[in-house]
Amino acid sequence: MLRFILMRLVKAAIILIAILTLNFFLIHAAPGDPAAVLAGEAGAADAQFIEQLRERFGLDKPLLTQLGIYLGGVLQLDLGYSYRQQMPVADLIFARLPATLLLTLTAFVIALVLGTLAGVLASARVGKWSDTVISTLALLFYATPLFWVALMAVLVFSVFLNWLPGFGYETVGANYTGFRRALDIAQHLILPATTLGLFFMAVYMRMTRASMLEVSQLDFVKTARAKGLKPGIIQRRHIFRNAMLPVVTLAGLQAGQLVGGAVLTETVFAWPGIGRLMFEALAQRDYNLLLGIFFVSAAMVLLFNLITDILYRVVDPRIRVAS
Amino acid sequence: MTEPVLSIENLTIALPEGADRAFAVDGVNLQLFAGEILCIVGESGSGKSMAANAMMGLLPDLVRPVDGRIVYGKVDLLDKTEAELMDLRGRKLAMIFQEPMSALNPLMRVEDQIAEVYEAHRLLSPKTRAARAVELLTEVGIPDPAKAAKAYPFQLSGGQRQRVMIAMALALEPEILIADEPTTALDVTTQAQILKLIRDLQRKRGMAVMFITHDFGVVAEIADRVAVMQLGKIVETGTADAVLDNPQHAYTRKLIAAIPRLAAGQAPVRKEKTPVLEVESLSKTYRTGGGLFSKPRVVEAVKDVSLQLAEGETLGIVGESGSGKSSVGRCLVRLMEPDQGTVRLAGRDMAHLKGERLRAARGSIQMIFQDPYASLNPRAKIGRIIAEGPMAHGVARREAYERAARLLELVGLDVSAIDRYPHEFSGGQRQRVGIARALALEPRVIIADEAVSALDVSIQAQVLDLLADLKERLDLALIFITHDLRVAAQICDRIAVMHRGEFVETGPAHDIFNRPRNAYTRTLIEAIPGREKELATVG
Repeated sequence: MLRFILMRLVKAAIILIAILTLNFFLIHAAPGDPAAVLAGEAGAADAQFIEQLRERFGLDKPLLTQLGIYLGGVLQLDLGYSYRQQMPVADLIFARLPATLLLTLTAFVIALVLGTLAGVLASARVGKWSDTVISTLALLFYATPLFWVALMAVLVFSVFLNWLPGFGYETVGANYTGFRRALDIAQHLILPATTLGLFFMAVYMRMTRASMLEVSQLDFVKTARAKGLKPGIIQRRHIFRNAMLPVVTLAGLQAGQLVGGAVLTETVFAWPGIGRLMFEALAQRDYNLLLGIFFVSAAMVLLFNLITDILYRVVDPRIRVAS
Repeated sequence: MTEPVLSIENLTIALPEGADRAFAVDGVNLQLFAGEILCIVGESGSGKSMAANAMMGLLPDLVRPVDGRIVYGKVDLLDKTEAELMDLRGRKLAMIFQEPMSALNPLMRVEDQIAEVYEAHRLLSPKTRAARAVELLTEVGIPDPAKAAKAYPFQLSGGQRQRVMIAMALALEPEILIADEPTTALDVTTQAQILKLIRDLQRKRGMAVMFITHDFGVVAEIADRVAVMQLGKIVETGTADAVLDNPQHAYTRKLIAAIPRLAAGQAPVRKEKTPVLEVESLSKTYRTGGGLFSKPRVVEAVKDVSLQLAEGETLGIVGESGSGKSSVGRCLVRLMEPDQGTVRLAGRDMAHLKGERLRAARGSIQMIFQDPYASLNPRAKIGRIIAEGPMAHGVARREAYERAARLLELVGLDVSAIDRYPHEFSGGQRQRVGIARALALEPRVIIADEAVSALDVSIQAQVLDLLADLKERLDLALIFITHDLRVAAQICDRIAVMHRGEFVETGPAHDIFNRPRNAYTRTLIEAIPGREKELATVG
């Protein structure tokens, strides 16, 4: 197992460098010159000033040299400097990362737990009215545009009912500390996390339901019944565990996108996360910041892929023992 | 006469609306006695499995018994509640199934799956359950039972998995064992071992066994009594000897007549003909897995195989699963690239043709596949399925469809089939379409890969007759790949026995069956179910 993880980490590093290189060239292939944008915003768009900016940021060097300098920096965990924001990229990202991870992970857990539970329930009552209700609700949340559900949630729970705060990460100016602050953040988290979670829940629900129904038709379930086992045990031990395999795959794929996948939600709820940072960086041609965000999100994808594969080996002995 | 352990009285099971008949099981009466093996024989769809599932209370949701009784211990099982049935299942009535691959939970260790039987009936402590599992595995003859107990199903072979299933079924010493085609998915040598195991255990424990099978060879090996089922009804019952030697009902006679006989006659005298296909030193090695850091798994599927096939000749390639026989076929038609060797078809080396020239040459060697359901595109009409090949080789559409119509007649189907879809046909009819499709390109050589293995015995006999007839009329050269030695005995002129990628013995069919020289060939032939009985009757 340790050897497997080590090998995968080495592979991941190689892939990460490849992704960075590709991103680097893609960004530079896009039209727009960061020096021109900066100069334009400074109100002095004359050629000499732009040239100065270029020289200062190393943008006058050949592209390959720039790439070399950048990759060299990354290897030392230096993601470069955002000229636009006048701050190291790493500082910018890590200031925003916790908020995004908090939001997306909470939403992910909500989606996974509720979705799987709903799927199991629906499959156990297939064709009955409760199955129809669950399936329809799930489809409704999936089919409705996320931002609309988010806006309605704010309208109902924040504006009309005034139960929960409708925007932001914490109460501005309250300066809470310790437990009081955690509670404040949690309250702010409920609406965005639930909105985002309900959207993804539908996918897990449908996947779990279909998978449970499929597995329940397999021969070994009949064997289990022929042993005289109780339906509950058959459901849990034989059907559920086997039905979870595709769900794990799906969850792994989705977990990787947690970093960049919440732009809309972050925008509606004014959540100070990475999604919004990325959007701003794109608009401003902030090369280093963009690359940095791509780097972190790519690293996340690889990390979650690795976790999925490890998890897969834990649940499925065929993969564990065969290799 | 003693009381039966279980008796089925006038059992009638209704099928959901829209099925091909109203009742899956139609007024069946059966008695099962202690210490006997009762074989229920029938073709697919005869209702034999339904009857067995009804005994266990394991019928599919949409299928319900509507009449009759299943009396066990003086009570009607059909009246029992699910909870009462649960108590009986595994404890009094146990069941084993056809597919040992899928009948075990892939995510659970063998010992846990056996222990579950005790757990379900709240017997023994967890520790003793594990110990019992090893004892049971020992009893069913699994090599290294302690290790097998800790294994996952995928780590065991098909035969070993079926032994695990049997161990599981025997855990609580049930009075009745229901075995639903338990050897059908197994290789012939493994089948012989499992049949012997079931027979031995049944004698040792005095169990009543209800053994469901489609194979009269198996019946001859194992049955005390036989019940023959057709379309939900029992048409004949009797002792095994009586039914096999002196069948009364026309359907039974038809079924028994359809069984391919082992080559007992003389080898036909053949005229010398020019070889149309010459294969020399064919090799194919599979490499699976393996990546940046790991070594690939290497399997030598075909090792240095050479063969010659003359016009109008049928060569059988027989072997067990994994012997490499299908790989040979696939290399010959170039569905797969051979690693080494030459495949000369009418003097031209097929093995190394590429691109357009390979495409042009493909017409002269065609394949018939095993699964008549999966090998025809369900979205294409029969006409297109047959005409597509010739059209791809430049035949005009009209002419190709005319040829398709002629071929349909040739294989014994109505011309109107041209405008219908595959799902409108039975398995046997589909296989005829598959044959017509292979013939459409007027090939010199046809490779039939387990072409009749998925068919019921009576349909199988018809398709074999058709192939023999076509071979005669069109002077076709045929390579017949099969695991079934009886089928090979019936249709092949010469036979090559394949084992672990190699031809271990090649010769005229008659010699292979009557004077096998190789030890493995002998094992294979001795394992054919019903062989001793047949030899005894032929004398």
